[in-house]
Amino acid sequence: MALFARRRRDALKNVHAERDSFLRRAGVAVLFCIAGVVLLIVRLADLQIVEHEHYQTRADENRMRVTPVAPVRGLIYDRNGTLLAQNQPAFVLEVTPEQVGNRTAMDELLAKLQHVITLTDTDITRFKDRVRKSPRYRGVPLRSNLTMEEVARYEIDRHQFPGVEINAGLTRNYPFGATASHLVGYVGGISEEELKQANESQFLGLTQIGKNGVEKSQEDLLRGEPGAKIIEANAYGRPLRELDYRRGYPGRNLYLSIDTKVQTVAEQAMGNFQGSVVALDPRNGEIIAMVSKPGFDPQLFVGGIDTASYQTLLNDPTRPLFNRSLQGLYPPGSTVKPAMALAGLEYGVVTPEHSEYCKGEMTLPGSSRKYRCWKRTGHGAVNMLEGVKRSCDIYFYNLATLLGIDRMHEAMTGFGLGHATGVDLPLEKDGLYPSREWKRRARKENWYPGETLNTGIGQGYVLATPMQLAQMVARIAMRGGGYKPHVLHATEDPITRKITEIVPEALPKIDLKDNGTWDVVIAAMEAVTQEQGGTAYAVGRNAPYRIAAKTGSAQVAGLRQDETRPQKQEEMPLRLRDHALFIAFAPAEAPRIAVAVMAEHGGHGASIAAPIARQVMDQYLLGYVLYNNEKAEVPSSRVTPALVPGLPVPPELQQMLQQTAPAAATPPAAVPATPAQQEDDDDR
Amino acid sequence: MIADVLQPMRGRRPNKPEPGLADWLESWHIDIWLLMLLLAVAGIGIFIQYSASGHSIDGVISQAQRVALGLVVMAVIAQAPPDLYRTVAPWLYAFTILLLVATLLLGDAAKGATRWLDFGVVRFQPSEFMKLAMPTTVAAFLHTRRLPPTLLTIAATLLLILVPAALIARQPDLGTALLIVAAGGFALFLGGLQWRWMIGALAVLGAAAPILWEHLKDYQRQRILTLLDPESDPLGAGYHITQSMIAIGSGGTFGKGWLNGTQAKLEFLPEAHTDFIFAVYSEELGFIGVLLLLTLYLAIVGRCLWIAVRAQDTFQRLLAGSLAMTFFIYVFINMGMVIGLLPVVGVPLPLVSYGGTSAVSLLACFGMLMSVHTHRKLLAN
Repeated sequence: MALFARRRRDALKNVHAERDSFLRRAGVAVLFCIAGVVLLIVRLADLQIVEHEHYQTRADENRMRVTPVAPVRGLIYDRNGTLLAQNQPAFVLEVTPEQVGNRTAMDELLAKLQHVITLTDTDITRFKDRVRKSPRYRGVPLRSNLTMEEVARYEIDRHQFPGVEINAGLTRNYPFGATASHLVGYVGGISEEELKQANESQFLGLTQIGKNGVEKSQEDLLRGEPGAKIIEANAYGRPLRELDYRRGYPGRNLYLSIDTKVQTVAEQAMGNFQGSVVALDPRNGEIIAMVSKPGFDPQLFVGGIDTASYQTLLNDPTRPLFNRSLQGLYPPGSTVKPAMALAGLEYGVVTPEHSEYCKGEMTLPGSSRKYRCWKRTGHGAVNMLEGVKRSCDIYFYNLATLLGIDRMHEAMTGFGLGHATGVDLPLEKDGLYPSREWKRRARKENWYPGETLNTGIGQGYVLATPMQLAQMVARIAMRGGGYKPHVLHATEDPITRKITEIVPEALPKIDLKDNGTWDVVIAAMEAVTQEQGGTAYAVGRNAPYRIAAKTGSAQVAGLRQDETRPQKQEEMPLRLRDHALFIAFAPAEAPRIAVAVMAEHGGHGASIAAPIARQVMDQYLLGYVLYNNEKAEVPSSRVTPALVPGLPVPPELQQMLQQTAPAAATPPAAVPATPAQQEDDDDR
Repeated sequence: MIADVLQPMRGRRPNKPEPGLADWLESWHIDIWLLMLLLAVAGIGIFIQYSASGHSIDGVISQAQRVALGLVVMAVIAQAPPDLYRTVAPWLYAFTILLLVATLLLGDAAKGATRWLDFGVVRFQPSEFMKLAMPTTVAAFLHTRRLPPTLLTIAATLLLILVPAALIARQPDLGTALLIVAAGGFALFLGGLQWRWMIGALAVLGAAAPILWEHLKDYQRQRILTLLDPESDPLGAGYHITQSMIAIGSGGTFGKGWLNGTQAKLEFLPEAHTDFIFAVYSEELGFIGVLLLLTLYLAIVGRCLWIAVRAQDTFQRLLAGSLAMTFFIYVFINMGMVIGLLPVVGVPLPLVSYGGTSAVSLLACFGMLMSVHTHRKLLAN
């Protein structure tokens, strides 16, 4: 039956007319279709032909991801090729949340993993935090630095842990730990500030940056150039395959000038003292050893130090992070005397024969203020040689008065005091050598004549870093020559193995009118260790090489006029005891090492600092430590190395024994320890 | 002149060659030309489906099964004479209206729209039925009226069109509603709807546009705004269209080659194997491939119009013409939205997009066209 019935008035349809009408309308429909298709084709041609390149680029941008490939950081060696900083494979356990499943499955997995590896609550909290922040298909580190045992235990049961993977990466490692920690430095996480300062493209893929020491100062050499992988990734960022690879370049390997054996000896010799040892090769300015005690474990900083350990280090009253060699500012005390003597001779205010009478104290004309010699009883008549050898303060008070602060400033600044040495290490301090101009500027006061006296014996306003003292003695050793201190000896291209040596930078030569002046002062410095009555005779007399040196005991706490010093430093509280200083170079006739030792509150330079320097020089010049640090009780068997059982005589030493003066070769029995010597040790 | 060219031929050709495959098929009421063209497009669809679905052989098999089912339905429908459909049309129409109401009340929600009706065994979209019912019913209705239609006839026809369209739009499924309106509208147009009414209707529509705009859902409005400037919101509403244009544009003249498209494979292109499959096709086969596909579609439309022109009565003409034009509108809307000419409405690319009900209902329509073409009465001139 038909629902639509034809009504009567519609019954008479004009069939032909309807068909013709339809054909016309069909024609219109065809035109409509053609118009539509033309519209489509025009648009498609625009997209696919005219704008093709634009869309091709955009399609590539969609799918291509540039993944940086971090360069391998350069290694750090000492001068003998001993590794000081290396890259060690470290095992990191990663979990891919997507493969684990939901939260319950994740909790179960973590519980199971705890039977196999150690997981602290911190590990788990940090992990869960990271899981929330990263895409689910990406592996999230759960623990790093797995031990081999943990890796082995995991491997046995690995089928139980879907979505868990152990990956090997490289982490910085410092095999010597705290040894040379201030010098080598350490790497740590890049801070945003550091990234802002640097060219970001150089840090692509890197998470660590040198934070201190050589790691910081040579960051640009060590870092290398990042490479890149071009990865095809899908819309969710999941990498699918590698399309292209751009090679980076690993960082350069560095050879430092330091000698790890000397460094170790210096650190051991320092014992429990806080302070610094700096040893330079005066012939080229290379740093042989640079110790700052106490040290710290640089490994703590790698991969980010935890807050607790960092706070402990920061709050430690001994300030282990403080690099005393470059940042420590100390009064140099008597160690300035050789340079003072040189200035006095050069400016012609004294002759070597000029003598002063020391009665233990002196006053300036028109003032009642007493300027004391460290030796209460006085030295009697003292010429230049005796003044240096016995460290007579009265002699140098007078010398200072004769020179005046202006000439002193000129001379001592010439030796490098008061401005940073420019060593290739970070955070170096300038120190201070006062002048009239400085006092007016900094203190808004005029210079007082009495201050010249204090300045003349390295007290008062004078502040120097151990590095500056080492440079000063090295320059004396080189008779005014010398080089800028530096620790970088050579760099090596890790691929071509080509080694580039660092050319030492010569310092402007200190030219004296008469070269004989050097001989006079160096002879006086030799007398310190070689002659009876020399403040460091106990340390120098048995050495198989000649040492030119100067002791120093820098006063930490000022004395009031009515106060008398306790005779014995040992009786004072530690924080009030003098700093013990010692500067030296050896062999005196052909210097190969210059040392500055600074032991905070060590008391006496001669008894505390000098033996440390001696051991350093022994190790460097002889290859082992000959000196036995027991004052004046050196057993005869230890004098000549040939008599030490089981120790062969190094050829170097044999040669040296022949070269050195007969005094050094003389058996020590001929030089008995006397009470006078003991007293003379009590030097300032 | 067109009328002369398209002058329907009556009876068998005078010089009949040996009976071949075409004749054999025609004896089974299958039009070989239409069948070949449909198979060609469906074949292309299956190939590109494999690429668009991320090399899923399961998807391809399932699509092939649906096309096969659709072809069977087409063949079955072709067997019945058009007069039957004319008679049945109103009942089918009424039944479908009932189903649509039922869908609105008890349907399954998928992707935020209630389009599906679940009968336990079969789960389908009743709106697909309307794609057949609408042109058939309007053609059958107009067949009984004097043409060009009177105002009353026009009003009745519009009612026939708008009731189901409104029901479908409420689901909401704007794409299908548009196609239903197009199907009924083309029947009315081909039936001789006076131009003045059409122009008048357009004017009214233009005037009512702001009111319509108010009634659109937020996402629908967003789609229209996005069309004007897809880059303004590249991660939100504009993402689909931007990625689609990137896919098509990056294909260039010759395309990246089958299976080499990156936009779909790497999942940048959303709905790659359904509504946006044309973007995948264009990316992999380029402008040349696009021209080929357009030619095939145009040939199908042309063949259908040819069938309409040769049809024997008003019902058949209007039915065939309406189906032909609806098919074209299908293609045009899908391609238009994929290339950024039209707002994004859920219209699949016929026979190529993945989707069962769509392929089956579409082929059912072609079944009716073949029925029109092959059931010929001997008429007195």
